[in-house]
Amino acid sequence: MPPSPRPSVALFVTCLVDAMRPRIGFAALAALEDAGCEVVVPAEQTCCGQPALNSGDAAAAAAIARQTIALLEPYEAVVVPSGSCAATIACHYPELLANDPAWLPRAQALASRTYEILTYLDQVCDWRPSAALDASVAYHDSCSGLRELGIKQQPRRLLSHVKGLRQVPLAGAETCCGFGGTFCVKYPSISNAIVEEKAAAIEASGADLLLSGDLGCLMNMAGKLHRRGASTRAFHTLEVLAGVADGPAIGEAP
Amino acid sequence: MSGFTRRVEHALADPVLKIAVELTAGTAEAKRATAVAAFPDFEAARARAAAIKDHVVANLGHYLQEFEANAQAAGATVHWARTAEEACETVVGICKRAGARSVARSKSMLGEEIGLPHALAQAGIERIETDLAEHIIQLSGERPSHIVWPAMHKTREQVSALFRARHHEPHLEETIAAMAESARRHLRSAMLEADVGISGANFLIADTGSVCTVTNEGNAELSIVPPRINIVTAGIEKVVPSLPHAIHMLRMLARSATGAALTQYTTFYTGPKRAGDRDGPEEMHIVLVDNGRTDMRESGLAEMLRCIRCGACMNHCVVFRQIGGHAYGGTYPGPMGAVLTPALDGLSANRDLVHACTMNGKCQEVCPVNIPLPTLLRGWREKSWREGLEPQAVRRALGLWAWGVRHPRLYRLGSALAVRAMRMAARAGWISRLPLAGGWTRHRDLPAPEGTTFIEQYARGRRR
Ligand code: SF4
Repeated sequence: MPPSPRPSVALFVTCLVDAMRPRIGFAALAALEDAGCEVVVPAEQTCCGQPALNSGDAAAAAAIARQTIALLEPYEAVVVPSGSCAATIACHYPELLANDPAWLPRAQALASRTYEILTYLDQVCDWRPSAALDASVAYHDSCSGLRELGIKQQPRRLLSHVKGLRQVPLAGAETCCGFGGTFCVKYPSISNAIVEEKAAAIEASGADLLLSGDLGCLMNMAGKLHRRGASTRAFHTLEVLAGVADGPAIGEAP
Repeated sequence: MSGFTRRVEHALADPVLKIAVELTAGTAEAKRATAVAAFPDFEAARARAAAIKDHVVANLGHYLQEFEANAQAAGATVHWARTAEEACETVVGICKRAGARSVARSKSMLGEEIGLPHALAQAGIERIETDLAEHIIQLSGERPSHIVWPAMHKTREQVSALFRARHHEPHLEETIAAMAESARRHLRSAMLEADVGISGANFLIADTGSVCTVTNEGNAELSIVPPRINIVTAGIEKVVPSLPHAIHMLRMLARSATGAALTQYTTFYTGPKRAGDRDGPEEMHIVLVDNGRTDMRESGLAEMLRCIRCGACMNHCVVFRQIGGHAYGGTYPGPMGAVLTPALDGLSANRDLVHACTMNGKCQEVCPVNIPLPTLLRGWREKSWREGLEPQAVRRALGLWAWGVRHPRLYRLGSALAVRAMRMAARAGWISRLPLAGGWTRHRDLPAPEGTTFIEQYARGRRR
């Protein structure tokens, strides 16, 4: 039997990963290749448009959606290392273009082929990580991934295969960290009150590492933990799974 | 500073408020979780509840007419009010015709919504709030801060001090039972002496013309039965086809609100006292209030009319839990309030309210009728943008950003420059002060960008 062709997937790294923490993008490349995928990084990618969408600028959000759809259309699958950006493409592009008969089917087609990366690795590729890490971890369920895409068991299942890793319970793991995209700059003091509580819960969990699947939430929580002088280090789940969590944590100088 | 921002700062600076809100909402959250877990197939029941409400809202005229006919047949008088003013005029008119000096009022959010307490005061009619929490609110001259627990922002200590100052025979012991007894002494006589009782309705049953109320204290019964005249005020969306529908909604309501299987007092009233009845009002008036509901149905907010006022959305909201209900500024707080207030009081005065949400989706997850609150809030934001209500600075910044996003070459250049600038502001990996990002760095550090952008590194050949 001839070997089945490797699926070609486009990696949409997200604007935050691109600018702030490229190593998550490289961890994605490593994990996807390990799972047998041929990965393409479309060079013209920018941002999924979520800030415009959530600010009410539907026209700009739709224009960005059309551009992103055209860019990602040629690929068999699109994977995104963020539940929130994946949900923007998979859930909100079709809503944004609902009244555009030319673009709606294209939005729907892309939506059906767009995956948050941990879901893709776990459920489509049936991949199991071979990484090892001697650490206790607290996992925060980022809201969009959890409620819009149903990401709950996938990361925990994948993490359960990492040798030496111990998952510890985090009180209020499903409670929003107060990042909320532009919410944290629109209402800084409410956002602060929310992330204070989150950071206290993370510290109380006693975990060595904080993991999550969205860089925005991670930057918010890590930034608060650092301001509080906590020793908990933060990584994107993917970094642990790809075996690169021996590098600097979020905010640590290389 | 907008009114909302001012109220938020005030709330965040109040440590007692935080404790009080956390206590009630936290308990409600835990109890709801237990009740829902014990409910066989809650999701199916929730879908049915949403379907019942959608069916009613789509056929509102039909069920309201049916309700009116059956309520009249049972001896009640049905009044219709398009606006809050009309509703208040109707209620005050009935009181005046009856020569009423005092009314006993059982808590109703609709009453708050239409400004009934104010209208009664203007007409010189004494109003006795009979719900314990609402009694506390009345004594302290405040407004409700939650739709189920109007006084949830107050601690026991604060209530105790209030009762000592205002009750004729206050409690001797510092116990909840003694405090409740003090309120009971204070309220009972007033309820029995009132000429008119005014209550809200949780459900209106179309095929019997009955009104259903739920309370934990039995105060609705005491406000309705002893007075000579009973007035029910209800939003038109409260109608349900039949008793079994009401029972289904009641199961969802009680569990979502308090985690209880049923509320202590659940009563169905059909018409006034009949010949041979010992108790009951001589007249029953039902005022059906629109106050913007028909418009909501036409303008993309039909799903909001499913709301059964259980309060679960606010109990589970991270924002509400930090700022409490008064900060929202309207009659209804929390996520449902952020959707309703602009519909009732106008968007321009409330544009900041529709942004006070992280879009985390928890409110919809716990809503017993699955109202897509985040989607409805996003709809308000879009309307605010279209109508030019968003601040110019935001429009300009976002416009510039969106233009950049649509020009990948320039976007690359811009992000490469931004990354380098941020790295210059960093010390050992962290940025603790960044111009233009004061909202972030006032409260937390910002992890500095690692180096050059992913796309730059990838283009140069890095693969791992
Ligand atoms: S919106 Fe839903 S959760 Fe909130 S009060 Fe209404 S029914 Fe309850």
